[in-house]
Amino acid sequence: MDRRESLKAIVLGTVSSAFLLESCGDTKTEEQAAQVLDTPPETAPLPGRMPEEIAHLKEITSRTFFTEPEMATITILANIIIPEDEVSGNASDAGVPDFIEFIVKDKPEFQTPMRSGLKWLDIQCQDRYENPFRECSEKQQLEIVDAIAYPEKAAPEMKKGVAFFSLMRNLTATGFFTSEMGVEDIGYVGNRPNQWQGVPEEVLKEHNLAYTEEQLRQCVTNGRNV
Amino acid sequence: MADYQIKEEPKKYDAVIVGSGAGGGMAAYVLANAGLKVCLLEAGAMFDPATDSAQLKNPWESPRRGASTKFRPFGDFDGCYWGWEIDGEPYTKVDGTEWDWWRARMLGGRTNHWGRISLRFGPKDFKHRSIDGLGEDWPIGYEDVKPYYDKVDRLIGVFGTNEGLENEPDGIFLPPPLPRLHELKIKKAAQGIGIPVIPSRLSILTKKINEERGQCFYCAQCGRSCKVYADFSAGSCLVKPAVATGNVDVVPNAMAREVITNSEGLATGVSYVNKEDMLDYQVNGRVVILAASACESARLLLNSVSRRHPNGLANSSDVVGKYLHDSTGASVSGVLPELMGRKRYNEDGVGGMHVYTPWWLDNKKLDFPRGYHIEYWGGMQQPAYGFGWGIESLNGKLQVNGSTKEAGGYGKSLKADYRFMYGAGVGMAGRGEAIAFESNYCEIDPNVVDKYGIPVLRFNVKYSDYEINQAKHMNTTFKEILHEMGAIITSGGDAGPHNNWGLAAPGKIIHEAGTVRMGNDPKKSALNKWSQAHDSKTLFCVDGGQFVSQGDKNITWTILALSMRASEYIVDQMKKQNI
Repeated sequence: MDRRESLKAIVLGTVSSAFLLESCGDTKTEEQAAQVLDTPPETAPLPGRMPEEIAHLKEITSRTFFTEPEMATITILANIIIPEDEVSGNASDAGVPDFIEFIVKDKPEFQTPMRSGLKWLDIQCQDRYENPFRECSEKQQLEIVDAIAYPEKAAPEMKKGVAFFSLMRNLTATGFFTSEMGVEDIGYVGNRPNQWQGVPEEVLKEHNLAYTEEQLRQCVTNGRNV
Repeated sequence: MADYQIKEEPKKYDAVIVGSGAGGGMAAYVLANAGLKVCLLEAGAMFDPATDSAQLKNPWESPRRGASTKFRPFGDFDGCYWGWEIDGEPYTKVDGTEWDWWRARMLGGRTNHWGRISLRFGPKDFKHRSIDGLGEDWPIGYEDVKPYYDKVDRLIGVFGTNEGLENEPDGIFLPPPLPRLHELKIKKAAQGIGIPVIPSRLSILTKKINEERGQCFYCAQCGRSCKVYADFSAGSCLVKPAVATGNVDVVPNAMAREVITNSEGLATGVSYVNKEDMLDYQVNGRVVILAASACESARLLLNSVSRRHPNGLANSSDVVGKYLHDSTGASVSGVLPELMGRKRYNEDGVGGMHVYTPWWLDNKKLDFPRGYHIEYWGGMQQPAYGFGWGIESLNGKLQVNGSTKEAGGYGKSLKADYRFMYGAGVGMAGRGEAIAFESNYCEIDPNVVDKYGIPVLRFNVKYSDYEINQAKHMNTTFKEILHEMGAIITSGGDAGPHNNWGLAAPGKIIHEAGTVRMGNDPKKSALNKWSQAHDSKTLFCVDGGQFVSQGDKNITWTILALSMRASEYIVDQMKKQNI
């Protein structure tokens, strides 16, 4: 059995730092598991957080920035940017609108670009379709999005919309791919105890690379078995 | 102010140490193990990574997904409290000059999040004036510090390889980890154009070295501070065992105001503000050891004005605060098309690079006097805030899944672009030596105090053509390496004279040094070669302040070695009743 496969970390709850390791009788790994499990339990509700940070978090989460109509528009846009596909769900399945609400309070420099961008979008839609964006048909929504989603070919008068949509795209992607769903989608498989054995042999081959004898001799290979 | 009263701690210590980072932690460790009674003042809170580190948290466990705040400029999971600004503790700059000042406020200081890059200075680094006529030689040489580097290697642990290089001394190394995929590609490309790439030297335990500390389990999160103490942080690796001797009292939230001296001008204690009750306290010791960071130690000395020391303590030479310098820094990064659509596997590795480039050229043939080393990054890292940012300036330039398309976009096709590009990033940064100039300094701002009423520092630092030319060389070199790799440059490609070739503002690299420098001549230095003040033999400074110059190396390993050396000297001098 591949040792890397055998090192499955199970996180006990979302806030706990304790974890277990399964292993195939590997003493080093068992020692390691014991060490980590020996670490004292977290005592404070937010261990390792400064009082100033806790106060800041409490303050910004005690208020709401976006209005309900604004949140409705953000949700529609986020799902247009990251829709459901064969790999994973859409942006709102991953909690992206809530993340955007949080991050504009945490980084107030986004508040004006976001609010004025949402306003710009509604004014455009009102002019074109006599409705705010959220009440437009799907076809109309995609039509206006097409006009602002491609920075290099967008019409000059769409510049403000392009800047807003780029910000929306960036916030949505960051929010999605840092969610549990998004991390699974992107295929990041780290953040767990393991023993680094180097690049898998088949990957090295694919890239026409190999470790030298010297590297294998001088480095810690953790039982790399080629 | 009729009620004003300093509460004096009745217990007399052998040593009062200000600051619990690399310098102060090591001093506490050595003195406590020699049986001396130590009081360790720390301006921030207690911190133990075993309970307080955010190690192994997932990005979604942070509401800001790991984004930076003013409390944690390196991100929400970073192990360091505070950074570029601290509420109620301002600093100022002279117009037209730059200095960004990082300040940690916690047990262990900034060692809780540093890069663990642990490089010895080489023989040339101590004697650079003799080579190029700039700056000053140290009063000591490599041979004086080597035994302490050896002891630090054994005590704390560092991986690396003995390469027999003249100015990158061999050490007592643990085995390094195997290079990652992008690192193999960097090595191949760089070596092809004559730039060496060797295993990095980081203080991370790839093997277990004692019962108190665990072994690395390769989560790449040293910046969060390790829960099993498998990387070096001063709090967990030095202060904790020092406290276990029973000889150390740690006083957290103690903001030092000034060093107290007696009628003979000898340092006898430290007064501090307790941040909990905002009252002033005084603690006394046979020696006072400053390790508050180069600039905080200089500030403390300059604020310690007395009849015997009218220009500030240890400052009859007028050098305190001067010769302030940081490592230089410039970076270039990009994406590597041949890594796009790559096979997924866990390549976290240790927290930081597995390979690096030591300085490889002869400055006599270049238009800048000092060298730099290169640090590398890239690959399939844990997604965090900023993931995918700016894709609209990238996805129109590439063959994505075999076709070129319009930049920007949305929908399933965009979603596929993020997947395709993940893990293809690669970057590099230079860390070089700046010249320590007298004209680059910090001083007390006569008009501004912090919330404790302590006068603050005013900075006056400017880079010279030496540093700018060096940054230009870095930029050109990094572009060559990335070009050789076939990468598309996404950052740093447009550097030029308009932005000093990407040279980071002084202070930004967080290697402050030079403000309390050592030397043989009391007219030109604050400390002697034992890190002891010329003007007050019971006063020592064991942080980056004592550095005469800082080489093209990160300074922590030398801070540790010099602090150990000074501390052993203190024990010896106390035995001989000289202090």
